[in-house]
Amino acid sequence: MSEVKKIYCHCAYAKIIDEEVKNAVLERISSSDEDIVCLPDICEMAARKDEELKELFTGRVKLAACYERSVKWLCHTAGVEVEKENVEIINMRELSADEVCEQFLGGEK
Amino acid sequence: MTANPPIKPLKVLLYEAEGSKTLEKDFKRTLLGTLLSDGIAVHCLKDASEIEVSEKQPLCVVGDFETVPNHDSLEFLNVNGKSVDSVLEEIKTKADDAKKERTLWKPWFPVIDYDRCTNCMQCLTFCLFDVYSTEKGQITVKNEDKCKTDCPACSRVCPEVAILFPKYGKGPINGDVVKQEDIQREKMKIDISSLLGGDILSTLRTRHTDAKKRFSKERDEKKALKERERCLTKLKEDLDIPDSVLKSLPTQAMIEAKTQQALDKEE
Repeated sequence: MSEVKKIYCHCAYAKIIDEEVKNAVLERISSSDEDIVCLPDICEMAARKDEELKELFTGRVKLAACYERSVKWLCHTAGVEVEKENVEIINMRELSADEVCEQFLGGEK
Repeated sequence: MTANPPIKPLKVLLYEAEGSKTLEKDFKRTLLGTLLSDGIAVHCLKDASEIEVSEKQPLCVVGDFETVPNHDSLEFLNVNGKSVDSVLEEIKTKADDAKKERTLWKPWFPVIDYDRCTNCMQCLTFCLFDVYSTEKGQITVKNEDKCKTDCPACSRVCPEVAILFPKYGKGPINGDVVKQEDIQREKMKIDISSLLGGDILSTLRTRHTDAKKRFSKERDEKKALKERERCLTKLKEDLDIPDSVLKSLPTQAMIEAKTQQALDKEE
């Protein structure tokens, strides 16, 4: 098991993340040897106050999603506090496909 | 009679650990992309010890098994020899029961940045769709599903830029860092009392005594509604309010009912 839990948010219900970025990340996840949690949409989970969010954000986490401020307060909505020192957020709305893949999955191919 | 707990959506474990072969990359990529887009969570597992079973959430373990494991509380789907389309079909059938419990609602709702929020209640007063409420005196988002899709208007009236819509296109409403110029921007500081023709609800909250009397003296519902519609239409572009929202503004009767509720609560 890897020390850092990797979580990918697909932002399924809106077209705000570049398809090229999403496709690139999914390609890399498909060939990765790591455990990766792929969520359809964190917004939807937060609105449902999904208890799984609490489990997911326990321990060290690397999350490919959107803006840090959004993730922090979305999780707060669901009663989950995202601790900055434990959660690294990779912003797929700002970074290029290569940058996201590199930061999320490292150098592996 | 106790109500049944809500059924959570199906979760898929894409299992590539002991007992299952590694899935072919394109097969896995298609499964992943399709299931996620269909609102189904997929946990890619390379370690058998990581399987956690929750009674609250239906689980389907998908893998290329030589022998399908026998497990009391887990449901397995063997992809061996099957096309990706047929596997997707099987998973979607399993997901159907759980999915019936879900709406196809786009998760569009305000998220409050409590580091910035000053609890001024302008959002609560502005929103006539009952999205906001208070909890122990603190503003909170209570009815996310009542929010009008693609309408970020309440965030535009927040003087502290404390309301986010994570799925909005532009910053800082989308969660991007708030810059000084955002705070100073004129349209962030719209005096909502002009939109509402008077700040009814906050007035009611602060004036415990003579609430009814003041209300009847100061407010003409018909006039206020007309004024609000006129102002909102005028400011539609600045606030980014979709036409559908303008068309679905509460009627005079609904406003009266809401006001009466507030009055009753205050008393």
